[in-house]
Amino acid sequence: MSKFSDIIGGTLGATIANRFLLGIYTLFIVSILIFSAIAFLPGDYAKAALGHSATPETVAALQKELGLDRPAPERYLRWIGHAAQGDFGSSFSAGGTQRRLVIDIILPRLKNTLLLAGVTALLAVPLALVLGVLTALARNSFLDRLLNAATLTAISFPEFFVAYVLMLLLAVKFPLFSSMASMSADMPIVEKLARIALPVLTLTLVILAHMMRMTRAAIISLLNSSYVECARLKGLPEWRIVVGHVLPNAWAPIANVVAFNLAYLVVGVVVVEVVFVYPGIGQTMVDAIRLRDVPVIQACTLIFAVTFVVLNLLADLIAIATNPRLVHPK
Amino acid sequence: MKTHKFALNRREALVGVAASMIMASTNPSVAQTPKKGGRLRVALAAGATSDTVDPAVMDSAFTIPIAYTAFNHLTETDSSGNVVPELSDEWSSEKSPAEWTFRLRKGVEFHNGKTMTAADVIASLNYHRGENSKSAAKPFLDAVEELRADGSDRIRVRLKAPNVDFPSTISDYHFVILPSTDGKIDPLAGIGTGPYVLQKLDPGVGASFSRNSNYFKSDRAFFDEVELRAVIDDAARNNALLTGEVDGIDQIPLQIASRLKQVPAIKIVETVGTEHNTLPMRTDIAPFNDVNVRMAIKHAIDRDAIVDKIMFGYAKPGNDNPISRAYRYFDSSLELRKYDPEKAKWYLKQAGLSSLQVDLSVAGSPFPGAVETGSLVQDAARAAGIEVNVIREVDDGYWSNVWMQRPWCAASWVGPASEDWIFTNAYAQGAAWNDTFWKNERFNQLLVHARGEQNDNLRREMYAEMQRLVRDDGGAVVLTYNSYVMGLRDNVEHGPLAANWRLDGYKFAERWWFS
Repeated sequence: MSKFSDIIGGTLGATIANRFLLGIYTLFIVSILIFSAIAFLPGDYAKAALGHSATPETVAALQKELGLDRPAPERYLRWIGHAAQGDFGSSFSAGGTQRRLVIDIILPRLKNTLLLAGVTALLAVPLALVLGVLTALARNSFLDRLLNAATLTAISFPEFFVAYVLMLLLAVKFPLFSSMASMSADMPIVEKLARIALPVLTLTLVILAHMMRMTRAAIISLLNSSYVECARLKGLPEWRIVVGHVLPNAWAPIANVVAFNLAYLVVGVVVVEVVFVYPGIGQTMVDAIRLRDVPVIQACTLIFAVTFVVLNLLADLIAIATNPRLVHPK
Repeated sequence: MKTHKFALNRREALVGVAASMIMASTNPSVAQTPKKGGRLRVALAAGATSDTVDPAVMDSAFTIPIAYTAFNHLTETDSSGNVVPELSDEWSSEKSPAEWTFRLRKGVEFHNGKTMTAADVIASLNYHRGENSKSAAKPFLDAVEELRADGSDRIRVRLKAPNVDFPSTISDYHFVILPSTDGKIDPLAGIGTGPYVLQKLDPGVGASFSRNSNYFKSDRAFFDEVELRAVIDDAARNNALLTGEVDGIDQIPLQIASRLKQVPAIKIVETVGTEHNTLPMRTDIAPFNDVNVRMAIKHAIDRDAIVDKIMFGYAKPGNDNPISRAYRYFDSSLELRKYDPEKAKWYLKQAGLSSLQVDLSVAGSPFPGAVETGSLVQDAARAAGIEVNVIREVDDGYWSNVWMQRPWCAASWVGPASEDWIFTNAYAQGAAWNDTFWKNERFNQLLVHARGEQNDNLRREMYAEMQRLVRDDGGAVVLTYNSYVMGLRDNVEHGPLAANWRLDGYKFAERWWFS
């Protein structure tokens, strides 16, 4: 990557442009991977859709209508051409006469997913940072060990287990929250928030340890630097050293881990969605895979890829902004 | 809670006086007058983003209930399995059972205020016919030669061959009656004549309905509102019932049914339906093309163990033919096939074999516990000198890649309680779903004759003979006749439960009420 930036120049703008172009390039490669991976799925949509009811003639009729009888390169070019313009085409499903637009299927689900991911991030990221700083300050103390043990325990269990335990405790035994997070688009936001309380808690527990421990480790690794020594000699209290001098230099690795976890919140929470009956995009994609609804699968995967690329780009930008040395690589 | 215990006993001993007493006690609601009001919320173990109200593809356990909630059919299957009037109040076959006339109920209005006419019925049925129809129900209407209106309140149907069961055929959930303009229905409008008006369908999430104040049945549709929710995860569905977020669930994992029974405020109800688990052998492929091999295998399977360990008692042992007690022409004199390794060995000898090695393909898809069933089959067959090599196939794509492809696999069937339906679809020569590739001349003749036979006793005899033929010559090992096990909150009341589908033939929204 550094080679690229050398050629382009090395200014901040060029670095960003460079990263952006690399992102586009990555997406292009991913789109080819997505398309070929789907081509390798066994069975086809027409058979899966008609299921038990498939007869050779109904299958043939459906395949012809969907254009599944045409060669793969032709289908790829058509798809990527439209997708680049924001048109993901029509879903294969819903049989009969009229097809739903992929965007109509995905958009409400994506909104739900972003709501869940957003609320979780608002809770988990500040919490992880605060706990990370606290454990770094009080490193090797009882508090440090307790928090580490607790968060590591939470992350070590499979997420559905954490979900079931929370559900058992907070919905069945002590009915504080609702066990189902099913919601519709027209619900008021307050009710939505109340409904997603349990999934948000579950996901927070699942991602907390990773971010907290990275914050802690990044801070501790800097505590032996000479400028920290200097600040100590200057007589600054420990918390001011950490918050004012160490943390700004630790943002890069923390931002990377936060980006990674936020991407996970968007693309990887299907198990939590299923357990809490939450209509998110993960379930949409699983449905689509089961039904061989290729346009929906492709659109979901592409959205997932974009999420990863964009969040990593942001993390890179944060790293660059907090560490100007990265603009001028050696 | 008492009723649950009785319900369990009822399965064990449905005999004599005791049975009638217990029947009365399991259905305390019979004597009650249904009360109006309330919002019924039911969680269904199905639902996907592809859910639609298009009658051509309403084939999931989420959309079939919609068909019975927002729409009506010409005829209805009642809770005892009889075909009774719905949108058609009277029908007859004048000359032979190949010509049917259906008189339509007068003054029935669609949810949009339009009055139903013969043209709507014709358009609705024609939607499933013709070259370009993508309807899964197309084969059911292949036998229709001509379909025409006779005035505004009568339709006439001419079939290619006699079929006494035709009024039952068109009670199938696909054949919902929708309003039409210029001979075409709008399949996605969701407008019907049914007990509830579809307010909203959120595919993969849920559907909501409000009562059709104009419903033509005055003694039905008691709830103000109905809500269906797609809850595929077992634990989530159970919890929804436990915490009272829903009033009923369509499926309970059998292994925890007995524990849920102990929870107050919840009742577990079960009905023996038409669902049955099978191991179809392809009779066109060696060694299964030898009837002696098929009989050897059928005798080498311990069905009691499967009922016990896989179905946790919520099933009856299968008798190698699809007809369970839920059917009208169930032949109770047909003795139950027992696990008999010695007899299996004898049949092997008849086939000229001293031992046998066969592959059995299983996966999680055909029915819950199919993989474990494979192990039980393997174990029991070993005593008869049959080595069963159980192959674990991929769940995904099972119905297209394994079922009807491999020589021996696992499958599960469910359908309307019509002998003709199951025999025609799964056992007739050349049928698209004849998963045993069975060809039996006598059976195929009987099937056609029984379809046109108006004398009920003769029909019964024919179907009895067909049950015996499937049992002793066919390729399907029928393992179990399954019960539908469902969960309800205590305040949900119902009459006798229909056996054709789960949840009272999926007519729960129309038939049930809150106490």
